[in-house]
Amino acid sequence: MTVEEIRGDGDNFPVGLRVLAVDDDPICLKLLETLLRKCQYHVTTTSQARMALKMLRENKDRFDLVISDVHMPDMDGFKLLEYVGLEMDLPVIMLSANGDPKLVMKGVTHGACDYLVKPVRIEELRNIWQHVLRRKKCDNKNPKKSSGQVKSHQANGEGLGSPTGNADQNGKFNRKRKEDEDESEDNENDEDPSTQKKPRVVWSIELHRKFVGAVNQLGIEKAVPKRILDLMNVDGLTRENVASHLQKYRLYLKRISSAASQQAHMAAAFGVKDSPFMHHMGSLDGLGDFRTLSSARLPNVVLSPYTTTTNAMLGRLNSPSANVSLRNLSPSVGPLQPSQAQNLSSSIASLNKMNFGTQNTSLFQGIPSHLEQNATNNNSKGILGTSNFNAIDELLNGASFNPEPFDASGAFGSSNPLLSSTESFHSQLPLVNGSRRNDASLNGAYLNTDFSSGVGLVGGEVHNMNYGNNIFGSLNSSNISGNGIVSRLGRSLGQNNAISNQRMDGFVNGRSSVSGGSNLLQQNEIEKPVNELRQRSNEDSFLLEETRLNAGFVPQSYDSLDELVNAMIKREQDETVSNCEFQFDDDYAFGNGI
Amino acid sequence: MEGNKLQRQAACMRNALFDQGYLDEQFIQLEDLQDEANPNFVEEVVKLFYSDSARFIRNIDLTLNNSPSDFVKLDNIMHQFKGSSSSIGAKKVKQRCTQFQEYCKIGNFEGCMRTFQEVKQEHAALKKKIESYLQVARQAR
Repeated sequence: MTVEEIRGDGDNFPVGLRVLAVDDDPICLKLLETLLRKCQYHVTTTSQARMALKMLRENKDRFDLVISDVHMPDMDGFKLLEYVGLEMDLPVIMLSANGDPKLVMKGVTHGACDYLVKPVRIEELRNIWQHVLRRKKCDNKNPKKSSGQVKSHQANGEGLGSPTGNADQNGKFNRKRKEDEDESEDNENDEDPSTQKKPRVVWSIELHRKFVGAVNQLGIEKAVPKRILDLMNVDGLTRENVASHLQKYRLYLKRISSAASQQAHMAAAFGVKDSPFMHHMGSLDGLGDFRTLSSARLPNVVLSPYTTTTNAMLGRLNSPSANVSLRNLSPSVGPLQPSQAQNLSSSIASLNKMNFGTQNTSLFQGIPSHLEQNATNNNSKGILGTSNFNAIDELLNGASFNPEPFDASGAFGSSNPLLSSTESFHSQLPLVNGSRRNDASLNGAYLNTDFSSGVGLVGGEVHNMNYGNNIFGSLNSSNISGNGIVSRLGRSLGQNNAISNQRMDGFVNGRSSVSGGSNLLQQNEIEKPVNELRQRSNEDSFLLEETRLNAGFVPQSYDSLDELVNAMIKREQDETVSNCEFQFDDDYAFGNGI
Repeated sequence: MEGNKLQRQAACMRNALFDQGYLDEQFIQLEDLQDEANPNFVEEVVKLFYSDSARFIRNIDLTLNNSPSDFVKLDNIMHQFKGSSSSIGAKKVKQRCTQFQEYCKIGNFEGCMRTFQEVKQEHAALKKKIESYLQVARQAR
């Protein structure tokens, strides 16, 4: 379908949308085809998934959208979904007679834009174009930003108006991709990016941090791969790497945001807990922002982490203390090494950006205190015990451990293990790396209490930690996240520093693993101890759990954002309740335990 | 007039199908899709359904006889069959399919056998009714 054709029907955006329908059931396929034709879409059908893939691969520009059945004999619908998402970056809608929420969730986590239950009604199909538009819109920014290489496309697209530009946008996007590759400066274009198989890019924490930072800087709406790439300024990274990572990140945020909104609801029920959850949503490294923007699920809070100032973010967070925490944090960073201090500050800021927004701040606050104390001690006893670091480092696995503090993660590194974890969780890269350095135990502490969907860790910790103000001196009770964690740490510090620290390591490690590997299993493992921790609320329990965590956790490198998100979401969902219930105040004698 | 009479008859039969629960709103969707571009859409789909469903029924029969404890397989086949049935709005057939799947889930072979007979009965009953309706409807056009 040419641009002109689409333009002809220009006033009706969805007309001419090119859909590929895949279903092994001939009746359903015929019905689908007729329904789609009725919507004035351009339909191609096939009953074989392999055929569909072949058609898609032959010409990536040929279709705007794919609708696929889940149950197919030659290939699982989810597999097809993954392929399409990875290779062609087309929106895919799943279709099934089975409306089981688990399957729907599976579809969403595999990257489906939508999940329709058979029998499909025409009303549902009339709306599918929005998925195309949404995706095009996100990708479209690139062409416009690129030099005039896409001018012709742009002109066409603009002529059509955004809605009708699907085909064109699709083409533009593809073309843009090539053009970007050509003109990309940061990337190494020695090889032909679009055709050669590049070595797989490992999204280390630092890399991810940069990515998130760039995304935040650009703003979710405007964050296109080319720009992000430019901002990141990383050698060897191609726009395509960024693009695919961005896609995943968006998916991640979306999931988080939807999970977060669920949590938010739950949080709302719990009252104070709101902010941590909100933070979770928001902090998802801006993914949430992206997602929320597109899905309009989350309020600005999500966006805020990246786009707003720390304080602003704090403001958003329900806990006023968060702001305070943040401030407190800064000063407390003093004793930390200069780099660390910087990191802390920056990380706090970044934390704020991250879901945790306030949570992070609290973490920082807590952490600085710890750090200060630990810094002086700097022994196994201290939370920051070096042993922790080691453990964490090991756990973090693939995460690049950068002594340099990341802006976001760096801060974490020194002071907020928690933050790190959460961040890493969010960003898939274990933040812990950053935190590893300084506060392995901190991370652990936080992790232990509450590993809820990565973000949750921090957030969760916060929740549990206290609404009650168990913060270390500097920490405000209101700082949920920080306080909680700090409190915990403080407590352990106060009482069983040596043991705690070590345990913390375990926790941290566990956490780190979770953060890094982010798989449900890990999370679950963490969850259990956390829950138990809750009940026992004593150091022994704490320690035990830590130990358990240690044993239980297997550092896992983060393979895919999806995994992470998956785990996180599940974690969040699982943790939501537990997090809320977690009341450290009662259990731990927080305060100036350290 | 002949035309009117047939039309009334067709309408009557159609209503009966709905009232008796043989068809549900999905069938109306099919009818809506029938237009000048697709004058025989409903008939085509129904025909397709019956040729396709024969295959499903055969498969289930075979599986029930040869590997009766393979509930997963039975469930899978029935899942597809249910998908087709619901696509044309075959309400009672779909209900029986769901029942069959329930029995599969709990591994109740007897229940499966029994329900499958019901599926076949409903399937056959609907076929008869809908074909005669479509015939009249075609003539009435």
